[in-house]
Amino acid sequence: MNLQINDLHVFYGKIEAIKGISITVNQGEIVTLIGANGAGKTTMLKTVSGLRPVGSGSIIFDGQDISKVSAHERVELGISQAPEGRGIFPGMTVLENLEIGKYFRKNRKAEMNEDLENVYNLFPRLKERSGQAGGTLSGGEQQMLAIGRALMARPKLLLLDEPSMGLAPMMIQNIFRIITEINRTGTTILLVEQNAQQALQRAHRAYVLETGKVVKEAKASDLLNDPAVRAAYLGTGAAEGHH
Amino acid sequence: MNFSVVLNQFWPLLISGLALGFIYVLISLGYTMVYGVLRLINFANSEIFMVGTFATVIVSRYFFHFDQNTDPLHGFRLFYTMGACLIASMLMSGVTAVMVELIAYRRLRAKGTNRLASLISAIGTSIMLQEGVRILTHSTPMSNPRLLRKFGAITIGDVNTPNNVVIRNDILLVIVFAAALFFAVDRFVSKTLLGKAIRAVSMSEETSRLMGINLNRVISATFLIGGFMTGAAAFLYETVYENTKYNVGFSIGLAAFTAAVLGGIGNLRGAFFGGLTLGLLEVFIAAVLGTQWKSVTVFVVLVLVLLFKPNGLFGEAVQQSRV
Repeated sequence: MNLQINDLHVFYGKIEAIKGISITVNQGEIVTLIGANGAGKTTMLKTVSGLRPVGSGSIIFDGQDISKVSAHERVELGISQAPEGRGIFPGMTVLENLEIGKYFRKNRKAEMNEDLENVYNLFPRLKERSGQAGGTLSGGEQQMLAIGRALMARPKLLLLDEPSMGLAPMMIQNIFRIITEINRTGTTILLVEQNAQQALQRAHRAYVLETGKVVKEAKASDLLNDPAVRAAYLGTGAAEGHH
Repeated sequence: MNFSVVLNQFWPLLISGLALGFIYVLISLGYTMVYGVLRLINFANSEIFMVGTFATVIVSRYFFHFDQNTDPLHGFRLFYTMGACLIASMLMSGVTAVMVELIAYRRLRAKGTNRLASLISAIGTSIMLQEGVRILTHSTPMSNPRLLRKFGAITIGDVNTPNNVVIRNDILLVIVFAAALFFAVDRFVSKTLLGKAIRAVSMSEETSRLMGINLNRVISATFLIGGFMTGAAAFLYETVYENTKYNVGFSIGLAAFTAAVLGGIGNLRGAFFGGLTLGLLEVFIAAVLGTQWKSVTVFVVLVLVLLFKPNGLFGEAVQQSRV
């Protein structure tokens, strides 16, 4: 598995949201994109998933240019996303939400039990809530469901958009611990976060985005100690707490 | 005004109201399912109904060579002749619905135009289909030959006194068949994988695409199912009312749309209760005030719902259980 984005430009109407970004994600990595609101992080993930059209540049996944491949076919190729805001189907039960994550798989039935069990092992809470409507879950549970649902597709590359958003500190720890666990079992992860502290602790490499451009690229641990990054994205308090 | 009729004729009115209501239920599924996935009021659905009525009439007249003087059928011949008419109507309406989506909506969607453009396209398609059929039929109504001998199938109460209720066999067919179809669709949407995909798309188009759902295919399937139901309604309508015309869809389509809005558009069970409520209301009001008030009733209900309960009677549940 390898994702290579070359000189990507993405537009919303006349506004250029991504202004020539190149990033690489290698097999087995957790790569994180950090940056302020409006830096283009979510647009990057949407474009990789095919929800936004590529203006120019290319997205190469496993050696194939997928810039023109439609969103649902990219899921078949192995790219899944737990989107910003979680995107839980509110009127469906937890189980139905998980089942729909396998919608496109040809041997869906054969894989179903095994994959449900995997997800329930990672998130035992989802098993307890399996008959409950997705819309009635707490924020943390919805995030678990969003990640679990993306895993049902057996992705090679998992895209996570702000998994910590709106969650309590305990839950954030929990979610990030599980993200690391998912990565250890062989799933490559591209993680978008505003919680730079957590993201940099968990990731192997990181890109710092500012208004649609990459301004810095480094090992995550290096960025964690980078004074400029600390000042801009970590805040003194958080950084000192870490030392 | 004649209020006593409500008491004297309560049961017969109730039964014809239910029959009309069930026809509305099936047509309003066409509106409500399409609205669920596309947030678009498919105004062409009234014409999808209209072509369905012509399919039944044309098959029985020109394929089986029935006319007004032919004797009604019995047994197996009755079964397969009516079955052929039903399938013809469902196919005609279903295929028309899919074509309408392909030609009039999909290209607009691909260009990313707003919903207003699709709405105008829907109205245009409706006018085009209606005028097309008007020209082909020279504006003449066509009657549907009677395949089914009509008789009182069920009699409740004493036949020898006025205190009895007779349910005609064709009315019984409408009620039983439409109810069965409704429950089949309801089950299909809640239990099958495609049904779940339809619900997913109606809740969030973007997230559905992230699930590997082929949006266009699900939308086509939705139009097909909605068209099938509308076509089945057209067949039932012809079995009971035995008449059609190029503009037959206008008032009945509007009533079915009102039923969908009344129940909360986008909501399957809402369409069920909306359809039955409107059918009963129309029949009882027509009995009290006179049949000329029938269409007025529909409009009044539509305006009142839009004014006071724009999300419909089951509006609260819509977000949770769309389609």
